[in-house]
Amino acid sequence: MIVIDTTKPPQEPAKQKWDTRPDLLIEGDHDLCPGCGEPIALRCMLEVIEEMGLSKDAIGAVGIGCYTALTSLLDTDMVQCLHGRAPSVATGIKRMRPQSLVYTMQGDGDMVNEGLQEIIHSAARGENITCLLLNNGVFGETGGHMTATTVIGQRTKNTLEGRDAAYHGHPISMTDLLAPLGGVGYVARSTVTTAKDIQRTRRYFKKAFETQRTGKGLSFIEVLTMCPTGWFLPVQEGPDYLNKTMSPVFQIGEFKVDGKIVTPEGQV
Amino acid sequence: MSREFVEGAEALARAAIDAGCRFFAGYPMTPFTEVLDHMAEKMPAAGGVCINAESELEAVGMAWGALSTGARAATGSVGQGLSLMQESFSEITRAELPLVVFNMARGQSDYFQSTRGGGHGDYYHIVLCPIDIHEAIEHVYLAFDLADRWRNPVQIYGDYLLGHTWESVDLTSRNVAQPAKEWALDGSLNGTGRARNINSLGMTKGAKGIDPETFWNRLQDKFRVIQAAEQRIETEFTDDAIYTVTAWGTAAKFVRFVVREMRKEGYKIGYIRPITLWPFPTDAFKAAASGAREIGVFELNGGQMIEDVRLSLLGDAPAVSIGGISSDSSGFGVGPLLNTARIRDIIERHYARVAADRAA
Repeated sequence: MIVIDTTKPPQEPAKQKWDTRPDLLIEGDHDLCPGCGEPIALRCMLEVIEEMGLSKDAIGAVGIGCYTALTSLLDTDMVQCLHGRAPSVATGIKRMRPQSLVYTMQGDGDMVNEGLQEIIHSAARGENITCLLLNNGVFGETGGHMTATTVIGQRTKNTLEGRDAAYHGHPISMTDLLAPLGGVGYVARSTVTTAKDIQRTRRYFKKAFETQRTGKGLSFIEVLTMCPTGWFLPVQEGPDYLNKTMSPVFQIGEFKVDGKIVTPEGQV
Repeated sequence: MSREFVEGAEALARAAIDAGCRFFAGYPMTPFTEVLDHMAEKMPAAGGVCINAESELEAVGMAWGALSTGARAATGSVGQGLSLMQESFSEITRAELPLVVFNMARGQSDYFQSTRGGGHGDYYHIVLCPIDIHEAIEHVYLAFDLADRWRNPVQIYGDYLLGHTWESVDLTSRNVAQPAKEWALDGSLNGTGRARNINSLGMTKGAKGIDPETFWNRLQDKFRVIQAAEQRIETEFTDDAIYTVTAWGTAAKFVRFVVREMRKEGYKIGYIRPITLWPFPTDAFKAAASGAREIGVFELNGGQMIEDVRLSLLGDAPAVSIGGISSDSSGFGVGPLLNTARIRDIIERHYARVAADRAA
């Protein structure tokens, strides 16, 4: 066992050895709540873009949600879209600039509630874009209201006794909807609750962008993100709550790779 | 100059492509459908893209994206479809993107929708309203130029008559020059701390939060400059007219014909046509109407432009509606009042009353 001698100062003064910030992230603080999973997912994406040497190719179409507050720190060209409409805007960008790496960023309220038609049709058209869904099962920005991905039993401000299927309906799984569509090349879902999950998220981003670069159709990556504020939980309980309530409903893994449907079972 | 006999919808599409439009998205709906048909047929050969969108919401969203890359892009529909697009129109205006909109309206009932913004927030679109296909072709080139110059959407208000009439027109290629667009997204500034942000909320890179008042006031300043610079009007015989009739769009062609006939017969009658519905040619209208004892407003709706006429006249003379709702059984706006004999009857009746009042 190594015992650190704390009776004397260290040989080297404590200092940051290197800057781990991705080039595409502007230095500054953001307005998101403590424990939010969205900045982690976003950082994964920016790191992968940089690693793939695509920093000068990326153009984003960003929806409306908490993550909109992150866009002032996001150093890629981008369009601020209306709630629900990012895949259509991304379509226009990509059709005019096929050489660019075009991504969308939407939350579950944005994509699955307001904009379900847009993502489905963009997928079926086989647009060569990468669509990111940040799914936390609530409208975080409005203060914790039910979305189309709120799981059964989940308490929100308008499902106070928990989402009741008989009264509030059932959650929608985007991977189930998108994987069977002809124009879709890649479908995966990950999360950012542990270091292992973050690595998986990075891996999926890479595969999604490779799908776009090789022209294999729409690539979809859903990241389950913690929202302790919208879940009315202490910050530190966010990851555990996600793993216990959301992950069983929204299965983690890849559902389509290179245009072929796969099953997440047995995947790492 | 060479002339060819074409349908209005084809003329609009060909002029747009010649003006450099390389992206078009729309959803079929009469009488806009034929514009979409011609775009779908002709755009690929020009190296452009035409998408038969799954809804008007998606059509305008796609155009939004295409515009962000600096491409000349357009969409369109009829008033009903434009209702669906208004949310995006409003945001695209605040994002200062040069969208061109082909509004092939079902008649004249959508004047308010076109000229009052139409969606949420304080904004305007420049609205060009051609009387016939010749002018519509000019308006297409003008629309793309004005949209780029002001970084503001421009709408062409056409209708069933404009889209479906065949005329012999000049569609010779004009080799249009396009301005450079340093704001267009290409990724070249990524990672420099200054990546571009096409943003309708007033957000800028590296700055936290927004300042809506400053942002919205800057846009209002721009609208005021556009308002002063882009008013267009057509007037005839107004110098000594005791009674002047105003009309807009394709309906004005019928009114102009009648007024010209009556002038030949010695009636002291004038004619005014706003060519830009927004900005409304307020000062020129007031000047042209000066001396007339009454202004007859011929529009095929319940009375919409008459509000702008009254705001222009500022009480100089009464403005009286002499048109009205008039439609075919399909609701496409080609109704019984689009008839020069009937229009003449109406105008003669009002002229006689005004002349009698004057004599008395």
